Amino acid sequence: MSAASVSVSLEEVSRFVFQVSRGAAREHVMELPPVLPASRLEHPAPAMVSTGIEELDALTGGLPRGALSEICGPASSGRTSVLLALMASMTAQAEVCALVDATDSFDPKSAEAAGVDLRKLLWIRCSKNRVIGRSGDRVIENIGQLSSKLRVASCERNANRPSQITNRKSQMDSLEQALKATDLLLQGGGFGLVVVDLADVPAQAARRVPLTSWFRFRRAVENTRTVLVVMEQEPYAKTCASVVVKLSAVSCQLSAGLQASGSRLQEKHDPPHAQILSGLNVTAQILRSATQQKKPVHSAHAQWENKTAWVG
Amino acid sequence: MSFAAIYIPDFPVEATVRAEPELCEQAVAVVEGTPPLVHVVAVNERAAQAGVDPGMTKLQAEERLAGGALRQRSAEREAAAHAALLDCACGFSPRVEDTAADTVVLDLAGLERIFGPPAKMARDMARCCSEMGLEANVAVASNADTAVLAARGFAGVTVIPEGKEAERLGELSVEVLCGTRAPACADSPTGEGACATPALEILDTLERWGVRNLRALAALPEVAVAERLGQDGLRLQKLARGATRRPLVIADPPLVFEEAVELEYPVDLLEPLAFVLNRMLEQLCARLAARALATNELTVTLELEPSAEDLVIGRSDDHPSRPTAGLPGTPGDRVIENPGQITRSPDHPITRCLRLPVPMVDPKVFLKLLQLDLQGHPPQAPVTKIRLRAEPAEPRRSQNGLFVPQAPEPERLELTMARIQRVVGSSGQRPVASGQENPQPTTGNQQRSSEARVGSSEIVDTHRADGFRMKPFTAAASVARVSDSGARAKDPGHTVTAFRVFRPPLPAVVTVREGRPVHIASPERPAMRGEVAWCAGPWRSSGEWWTEQPWSRQEWDVAVHNEEGVALYRIYCDDMNSKWFVQGTYD
Repeated sequence: MSAASVSVSLEEVSRFVFQVSRGAAREHVMELPPVLPASRLEHPAPAMVSTGIEELDALTGGLPRGALSEICGPASSGRTSVLLALMASMTAQAEVCALVDATDSFDPKSAEAAGVDLRKLLWIRCSKNRVIGRSGDRVIENIGQLSSKLRVASCERNANRPSQITNRKSQMDSLEQALKATDLLLQGGGFGLVVVDLADVPAQAARRVPLTSWFRFRRAVENTRTVLVVMEQEPYAKTCASVVVKLSAVSCQLSAGLQASGSRLQEKHDPPHAQILSGLNVTAQILRSATQQKKPVHSAHAQWENKTAWVG
Repeated sequence: MSFAAIYIPDFPVEATVRAEPELCEQAVAVVEGTPPLVHVVAVNERAAQAGVDPGMTKLQAEERLAGGALRQRSAEREAAAHAALLDCACGFSPRVEDTAADTVVLDLAGLERIFGPPAKMARDMARCCSEMGLEANVAVASNADTAVLAARGFAGVTVIPEGKEAERLGELSVEVLCGTRAPACADSPTGEGACATPALEILDTLERWGVRNLRALAALPEVAVAERLGQDGLRLQKLARGATRRPLVIADPPLVFEEAVELEYPVDLLEPLAFVLNRMLEQLCARLAARALATNELTVTLELEPSAEDLVIGRSDDHPSRPTAGLPGTPGDRVIENPGQITRSPDHPITRCLRLPVPMVDPKVFLKLLQLDLQGHPPQAPVTKIRLRAEPAEPRRSQNGLFVPQAPEPERLELTMARIQRVVGSSGQRPVASGQENPQPTTGNQQRSSEARVGSSEIVDTHRADGFRMKPFTAAASVARVSDSGARAKDPGHTVTAFRVFRPPLPAVVTVREGRPVHIASPERPAMRGEVAWCAGPWRSSGEWWTEQPWSRQEWDVAVHNEEGVALYRIYCDDMNSKWFVQGTYD
């Protein structure tokens, strides 16, 4: 562009600005788009991670990052298998995972067989009725009138003084420990996956967890890349969970080629030493999904087979 | 060629103020000696203005120090202050001479490109010392002795250009020559090693002659000085002229980072203890940072006050007793010790060791970790003395990539794990015992001390069930490239049936008919009761018969009907005691 043409352009611009300031060139002013209320803004879809099970991924689209997901079902429904598959998928991508084990039920051998890299898994084992110190601020109890420069002639002890250390103690059951540990993990941040295993916690106890706790977890994990998964017997988080998947075991696989379901679990002519557990057939059903824009085209169920480690 | 000297005036006072920063605005005097011969050895400026002089008795000083502080001289504090001074100096130059407890000399040759001109270096050194709690005088000159004299004589930062030594030193009093000594040098006419400090008689003689400053001393004829004052006098004259040339005796101080504080009164609360620890940690970290080091091991040692309940004071001539020195009591009393019940004594302090997964140098993180540790393991008596030691280590160097997945920051992870450990239990470093075949029923409060509750697991090479050990979890070990992942490649489309373990295994009552279990019930799990609908087994295994804990078992996989359908369990019969247990469930 030549200097002359540049100078002409500048004159035009300055003339235009002068006109705009006088309101004479309104037709040349750009119109701004109308302001939209926040509720009508399109929220970006959350990033999803694979569960490691193709059939489950096809059903749910994966599990969302920055949200709380629930995997529920009764015992032997395949919950832990889904969990291990998810952890194997995450650790294979070099993401750091954390498992809050409320009942200390995690089996490292089973996890290793499922492909979980145990070096990338932080395992928090809650204990039953853990006794902790609460009043850690006081090194020793106030021993009343006694002091190191004792001058009294008698050796009577203060009856209220404890004979040993010092802190007032309180009991914290395993569920409280799990919730507290989860809180600390989410505040610390940096984990790709945080799993809270409440599968063996009695339902009556788990139902008493206040909704505010789940809401706090959801808020803590929002806008982060952490996948928070709660494994339990039934859904507890209500609307705080973005995805709720319910599992049930359709049947178990016995010796090769022999399936059993319902009441027909034993062929009488087969001795026990000729039987072997080959795996489980698992069915998953979506109870809630706040991440999917459209309803799945296929049925809202998915089925797959789990195989035991010794089957190969 | 230039040298810098860092001098700490009133060194005992500075060492005391460094340990107690709240005294920096007060008049402080440091005393030394055994009663009744306690006298003042050093005072700060405020105390000097109040009329307290070195050499006064303690009573005289107390009278004049209204509102001031009187402290006993502490060799530990001075050692820590001197170590801090050396650390500061070593942060600037690798060639440092440990001239005196309050003086170090640095060789600045070749450092201008790194730290800038000598004046800037001197200011940086003064600031570094100030950050370590020491107010220092810094002087730069073309030879070491001139720098030392200038640092002792002039307050603040002084730079003496080459050739101007005599002119600048001339105004100093001859008293700055006190404490100078000649280290081993080739210039020494006698060829001897380190000489003694100059005789006070020489200074007295100079005073009688009316020689008050170094200019007057330098102007004296050399021959006359040599005849009357000897070689010492000649050496002092050369010092006054700034004409000495000597190499530095390079110090190689050991890398020991230790701070100690003796508390005025026993502390029985964690909050004031944390306050003292914070100060010590900041000083320790400043010293480490000055040497470009970090630490991955902190050891805190707490000396405790002997427990009062261990001592019984009373008048008794019948009980065997012995007098114990130093204990209060009315004359004639005897202290009776309860034999075997003294829980603490000064010979057995408490030591807590904090091992970090990666080297760090953040005092806030250290303080929080120590607080959490002490809250979990509180001492049983008030604390009288604290000693803190840090093992030096190379600081970690890491460079994050653009495509590396997120990982917890090591410092935050360490704090998070410490907090979680406090919630669920301590994380032991020892390997966990693999699952025992004869589990003892444990109450809710019992916990095997060898079990770690927080960490990562590692499979142990054993056929014993539940054979794994816990090890500390580190972010560094966990973060790895995808190609370096040690995870076994999973067969696509092959999901492994997981197993959930009961720890400890649940005792079970199993009815066996025709060699197979037909009914199972667990007293601890009422829901785990019912007819065995299907079973597979037994799978016999045994091992470690050569040890004191052999095991032998018969395992069964069983399916039991329950309210929600069918549940799959693994049960086993312990051949050692013929008892049945439920090991876990397939899920």
